[in-house]
This record gives sequence, C-alpha cells and structure tokens, in this order.
Amino acid sequence: MTHLDGNVLAGPLSELFRADMTTATGRCAHCGDVSVLAEAVVYDAAPGWCVRCHVCDDVLMTLVQAGERLRVDLRGVTALEVG
Amino acid sequence: MGTVESTSTLTPSGRSITVSLPGWPGNIAGQHVDVRLTAPDGYQAVRSYSIASVGPAELVELAVDKLPTGEVSPYLVDDVQPGDMLELRGPLGGWFVWKPEQTGPVQLIAGGSGVVPLVSMVRSHTASGSDAPFRMLYSVRTPDDVFYREELAGSGVQVDYVYTRAVPAGWPTGPGRLTKDRLAASVFPVSETPAFFVCGPTAFVEAVATWLVELGYPAETIKTERFGG
Repeated sequence: MTHLDGNVLAGPLSELFRADMTTATGRCAHCGDVSVLAEAVVYDAAPGWCVRCHVCDDVLMTLVQAGERLRVDLRGVTALEVG
Repeated sequence: MGTVESTSTLTPSGRSITVSLPGWPGNIAGQHVDVRLTAPDGYQAVRSYSIASVGPAELVELAVDKLPTGEVSPYLVDDVQPGDMLELRGPLGGWFVWKPEQTGPVQLIAGGSGVVPLVSMVRSHTASGSDAPFRMLYSVRTPDDVFYREELAGSGVQVDYVYTRAVPAGWPTGPGRLTKDRLAASVFPVSETPAFFVCGPTAFVEAVATWLVELGYPAETIKTERFGG
C-alpha cells in the first residue's frame, strides 16, 4: 500500500484547527522526533487516514471522516506547535 | 461551491479545469484544494488537487491527470462540463509553497502531474518579477504527456526533461528513468544552496529525496509532496 504525506491533512484538519496544520510541528510520543506535520507518513485508510512518524513509524494520529463528522485521535502526539 | 467556467485538454489523460469561486481569498503557489464528489446514494469521495493558478483572482485553475482506477479524476477529466458545480475546500497547505519574498535559488523537480504545483510557482515567479534563480527537472512518460510545455518554454526557467517511456525525435538518449547521476547533473550545485520542491508519485519523490541527501544537499532544504500512485 503506497502512502502519502502530511500535506494531504491540510483540508481535514482545517475542520478542527484555525491555523494551517501542515506547518505545525508535532512531537512523536514514541521517539521524541519533532517535525512539521507535512513530513509525516500518511496512509489513506478510507474513510480516514492513519498518520505515522517519518522517523520511527509509530502512529501519531488517526482521522476518521464519517459524512460531516470528523474524529481525530492524537494518541502519539505529545505536543503540537503552530506559528 | 464553485462553477466550472472552462476546460481544456492538456494531454491524452490530462485536463485543465477553471472553476469560478466567488469569495475565493486567492492562493499561494503550491497550495491545493480538496474536491469532494457526492454520488446520488450519498457516497462521498474526497481528493486533493494542486492549484495551477496563483494570486487573487476568483478563477482557479486545476490541472488533473486521470488515474484509470481513480474515483474522482476520471469524472474531472472525462465528464465535468462548463456550468457544472464542484464542491471545493481551500486554499490548503502552507508548507509546500513558494512565496516571492524567497530570494534564493529554487530547484523544482516534478514527476508526471506533480508538475502542477511547480507550474504555479513558475507563474508566481513570473508574475512577481522575482529574480530568484529557478530551474526545473521534469520526469514524464512521453513527450505527449508534458503539461504546459509552451508556457514553461516561454517562462525563462531552464527545464530539463527526463522521458521514461518514449523520447522526442532526435533526442540524444533513449527513454529511461531518472538516475542519481542524471539528477546530480540537472540541478543547482550544493554550493548554491538551492531550495528544493519535489512533487510526484510517492516512489519517485522518495528516490529523489534520498539521492539529494546522498549528494550532499541538507534534508531541511528539500520539501516534498507525494500523491501516491
């Protein structure tokens, strides 16, 4: 299964956050890497996405889109920073 | 919601679609939109498409290459007509973008329809009168598959083509995939500290990014956007 990257999350996350989240940095809870979300590895797992750390491959977050509802699970992100 | 204003054929599988979007805030070169299609039974599919146009106009140009197995691109390339409505969300993305205030050398590297956001960067470069050195490496299957060939040729940006399946008459080499050596010979040298924008199929983007790091370019100067494939 081929993957995408965090650029594709700009639209879905715009439903939840006011700032562009592809330029936000996130810290991986597993390995501590801090990177912009655009560099995360994203698997299209319709009806949602599985987002993994580009360093250690652990799950950073999952998104599930059901109609107009979006559910985001941030299990593997210990800090998000924008600006 | 936008209304399709006009369409034009770019290649045998590619089409330009201009959408009228009242209230569109304008976009930065490299940004994308999400297009959502809803079937009569309520089934929805969303796909991201790069914006070829740039600037404040309320007419937004998308350039779409048809994936035969795709859920959205066949409709956009084969079916959509002027007057049809399209549900768009955007402009999206603030990372894979070039802004005219960036003055350093820029090396664009495209695989197939990954050229679209890079075309918007070339257009932004031209429109702003930027004197930042720009160069493009464009890997494409055949000469017929090139998007915006004449526009690129007239842009003043040096474009190096790599043809992977068929070459134009008189081309000095046969078709073949991009190699590390060919890449090294076709981009700004390390000493010029170029900023890279690499867009295309995932395997292409990752091969190129890996080679660039091996060639001595700092990883933080390489921005990538993958569209699967």
